[in-house]
Amino acid sequence: MFTFGLYSVASMLLLVSFIKDRKKTSMAIKKAWKSFENILPLFLSIILIIGIGFSILSPIIISKLIGQQSGWIGIIIAAVIGSVTLIPGFVTFPLAASLLKNGAGLTQIIVFISTSMMVGVVTAPVELQYFGRKVTLLRNFLAFAFSFIVALILKAVLES
Amino acid sequence: MKIVQRYRIFLALVFVNALLVMVNPEVGFASVENSLDNMNVIFMTLPPIFILLGLLDIWVPRETMIKLMGDNSGLKGIMVAFLLGSVAAGPLYAAFPIAGILLKKGCRIANILIFVGAWSTTKIPLILFEASSMGWKFMIARLIIDLPIIILIAHITERMTNDQEKAFIYENAAKCN
Repeated sequence: MFTFGLYSVASMLLLVSFIKDRKKTSMAIKKAWKSFENILPLFLSIILIIGIGFSILSPIIISKLIGQQSGWIGIIIAAVIGSVTLIPGFVTFPLAASLLKNGAGLTQIIVFISTSMMVGVVTAPVELQYFGRKVTLLRNFLAFAFSFIVALILKAVLES
Repeated sequence: MKIVQRYRIFLALVFVNALLVMVNPEVGFASVENSLDNMNVIFMTLPPIFILLGLLDIWVPRETMIKLMGDNSGLKGIMVAFLLGSVAAGPLYAAFPIAGILLKKGCRIANILIFVGAWSTTKIPLILFEASSMGWKFMIARLIIDLPIIILIAHITERMTNDQEKAFIYENAAKCN
């Protein structure tokens, strides 16, 4: 659905651009292709790393590691798993819901969701290309640290 | 040969996956299936994102982007950053090439980091999906908690980066794009 919207907007703007100025439009398409081709080898590598990692770390293993009784160690494991696996958003949430059902702890799950969205260890090479080492490290480290705070507040809110 | 050189990591990973299939077919094929699924997503969502990136680069003048998201854009810059990131679709790593263009156009680093944060956690298609699997209360509470944290992360990161490092990032973006 949303992808459809994205295509509509992109093709509409492309059409407007084409009507206004053909030369600029072809420049824009060339630019789009160049940027895409530039980053494609990294993208493809990342997809394979995610695929391999995710098939080895199955949901059953994960929910065992971050159960309700797992405490701080479980929370840290959840944060690490969330950081190193890059699961697409539309998989993260159903996965989180099913992990909860299978006995994972709420704090652990929130930390897992937060880190899997904001921290990207596997994708750091892409980030590095644009932001350099320091900003990449800082952003990921802060996102990692703040995930714990998010989890503590969110858990308190949900249980109140 | 140049192509092989550029794709060498990818090719090595294909090889690793092939080994995995031989050693443990179940895990190996699960991995192949997983990767194909993700590639499907990539090739479905990325074309329009990169077309928009190209159009943005060619049509929107640097001055406009500086006004919208530059050093003196204030609250407006933060809002534009959230808006741009939230209407996005696609995985986080697709946000970085766009961040590169925004850098090239002279946007403030903190605002670009807010854009990245929004892309990762407040994307509209994603939060709708979140509400359906985790419940509305969870989604809304997380959103309210995450908004200030995204801004905080962006500003702390910017403040801890000195002028020389910033200049390097801008120069690099101008060169890469």
